Amino acid sequence: MTVASTPASPAAAPTLEVRNLRTHFFTRAGVVKAVDDVSFSIGRGKVLGLVGESGSGKTVTGFSVLGLVDPPGRIVGGEILFQGRDLTKMSEAEMRDLRGNRVAMIFQDPMMTLNPVLRVDTQMIETVLAHKKVSREEARQRARDTLGMVGIPSPDERLKSYPHQFSGGMRQRVAIAIALLHEPDLIVADEPTTALDVTIQGQILAEVQKLATTTGTSLIWITHDLSVVAGLADEVAVMYAGRIVEKGAVSDVLDAPLHPYTFGLIGSVPSRNKRGEPLRQIPGMTPSLLNLPPGCAFRTRCPRAAEVCMAEPEIRELAPGREARCFRPMNEAAEQAA
Amino acid sequence: MTVYLVRRLIQALFVVLAMSVIVFVGVYAIGDPVEILISPDADQIERERAVRALGLDLPLWQQYLVFLTNAVQGDLGRSFVFNEPALKLILQRMPATLELAFGAMFLSIIIGLPLGLYAGLRPNSPASKTIMAGSILGFSLPTFWVGLMLIMVFAVQLGWLPSTGRGETCSVLGFVGLTSCSSGTQWSFLTLNGLSHMAMPALNLALFKISLVIRLTRAGVRETMLMDYVKFARAKGLSPSRVTFVHVFKNILIPVVTVVGLELGSTIAFSVVTESVFAWPGMGKLIIDSINVLDRPVIVAYLMIIVLLFITINLVVDLTYSMLDPRVRLESKA
Ligand SMILES: Nc1ncnc2c1ncn2[C@@H]1O[C@H](COP(=O)(O)OP(=O)(O)OP(=O)(O)O)[C@@H](O)[C@H]1O
Ligand code: SF4
Ligand SMILES: [Mg+2]
Repeated sequence: MTVASTPASPAAAPTLEVRNLRTHFFTRAGVVKAVDDVSFSIGRGKVLGLVGESGSGKTVTGFSVLGLVDPPGRIVGGEILFQGRDLTKMSEAEMRDLRGNRVAMIFQDPMMTLNPVLRVDTQMIETVLAHKKVSREEARQRARDTLGMVGIPSPDERLKSYPHQFSGGMRQRVAIAIALLHEPDLIVADEPTTALDVTIQGQILAEVQKLATTTGTSLIWITHDLSVVAGLADEVAVMYAGRIVEKGAVSDVLDAPLHPYTFGLIGSVPSRNKRGEPLRQIPGMTPSLLNLPPGCAFRTRCPRAAEVCMAEPEIRELAPGREARCFRPMNEAAEQAA
Repeated sequence: MTVYLVRRLIQALFVVLAMSVIVFVGVYAIGDPVEILISPDADQIERERAVRALGLDLPLWQQYLVFLTNAVQGDLGRSFVFNEPALKLILQRMPATLELAFGAMFLSIIIGLPLGLYAGLRPNSPASKTIMAGSILGFSLPTFWVGLMLIMVFAVQLGWLPSTGRGETCSVLGFVGLTSCSSGTQWSFLTLNGLSHMAMPALNLALFKISLVIRLTRAGVRETMLMDYVKFARAKGLSPSRVTFVHVFKNILIPVVTVVGLELGSTIAFSVVTESVFAWPGMGKLIIDSINVLDRPVIVAYLMIIVLLFITINLVVDLTYSMLDPRVRLESKA
């Protein structure tokens, strides 16, 4: 199948379009297919929630987009079209121009992302200077303004501090500020709030959302927390064992999940309208990527598994704008019950 | 900071005191100085007079107090052999040893750091494997044997470098032209001829440290490269050289400087072997000679000086360390 992509107009083209991305790690124990046939796209100013359990390949997907997959890992297939250009075919120098400039990333653990022996101003100014020919003083001003923007009080003083003089929440704000320095077109935010407490999480979410809508920045928001996605994202993609198993508009997916795994995820989130009901849990453990069961990877934990699931399901459109990788999706269950 | 310094100095004082007890007991109280100091055919009365004159009839703690009082006044006894104050003898030889040790440290850093950095950044290249194999040799070959080999190749067969002595020396003031070269503390590294004399012994002494620095640097680089903050630095679009020489390098500098600094003490102590092989007239050679003839005051003076050196070095290393690592600075303030 050849995809002759002829976007109707440049404005309508999505900021990022990932097609059949496959990123594998060639370890001694075998090939880890951390990302296997992943496709999604994000429009300008839109937020895509990328959801999945630990080890499902969310971070590796993010690193793939930035071209930061290190050996033994490698992108072995697919395309990553950023504003129409395929990042997988770019030279390292071209990628470096984009990184931190047009495409930025916020990492999972704020305690580890800033270099402990360099002052915050050093780490911010170098980012400005890497992409803009401005004086140090202008770069410092840009750094200070951005720190103020993400809600860090007295940014002038804080610039002179070292990372260990900040709390976790403040460090993540610094990391977010660094990501925002060049007003990128795309930010990959890898569970940026998971390590923080709930109030700070809420504040940061609100701020990031505001930024996305005002600057037209597109966001990939990686999380394992569906409730975060509910308030923030436009679309959601659910990953399981390196693959996207369900994709669609947030409200559709959360209201009526198609894939049994998504259904299980939603059931395991405490929520107000289901008070009193016991929390459902997905039985079993995430399978090792080295040793996936043949057929549907979710088969061993799936309450709806049947004979047909011994074959490998392809992701397919089950309803307008709704895709899932399942032979016996949940909407059929509803039909059968009716 | 001042509080920290004062606390460290008080600690240092106690270490020196403890060491003086050990040295005193080890060198003075054990064994019989009378045997050495007095001719074997002296009669009983003469012996008793000598014992009293030396204060050996006093209880041990009083003898120690006498030793300590003299030591505080800079009197660690006179050398039996040279009939000069022991301390003065040691201090005269100290520059030779210090310049050798610092030369070796210098070599270990300018050779070890780049090699270790390379081996850490390209762990699988043949060059890196050669470097690592070489560092194992550097660890395991005995210093005196390498020293002899150096002499055989570079002095005897090729005739490029002199094999013994310090060569021409000069004082710092003389070097800048303020006085004549021969007045003041003499240094070999200030003359070309002196440098050529220093090259082999310094390299010999450095061999172990070079290997150490290579391995430390390589391990540090490999560990640091995996840190999130390095990946984040790359995600910011920084050039590889900026990532390596600022983000990685500043982090590995902390353990390397610490270890190299702490090793300075043992380098000075280990120079004994190198100095003997190359007839380098430093403290190490003096102490070996003194041990051979049981010149106790010199041995005592040497040990006390070494203790002081170690303490000073450790203090300087700690201060440098806290300057390099911002996290330590805060703790000492608190
Ligand atoms: N350097 C590596 N070598 C081998 N396997 C790796 C490597 N990095 C990641 N993987 C594998 O890739 C898979 C996906 O990892 P990834 O970090 O993307 O998960 P994640 O969805 O981000 O999980 P989490 O929620 O815990 O962050 C994991 O099974 C992991 O074992
Ligand atoms: S394909 Fe089968 S096993 Fe897999 S999720 Fe769907 S119903 Fe479950
Ligand atoms: Mg992750």
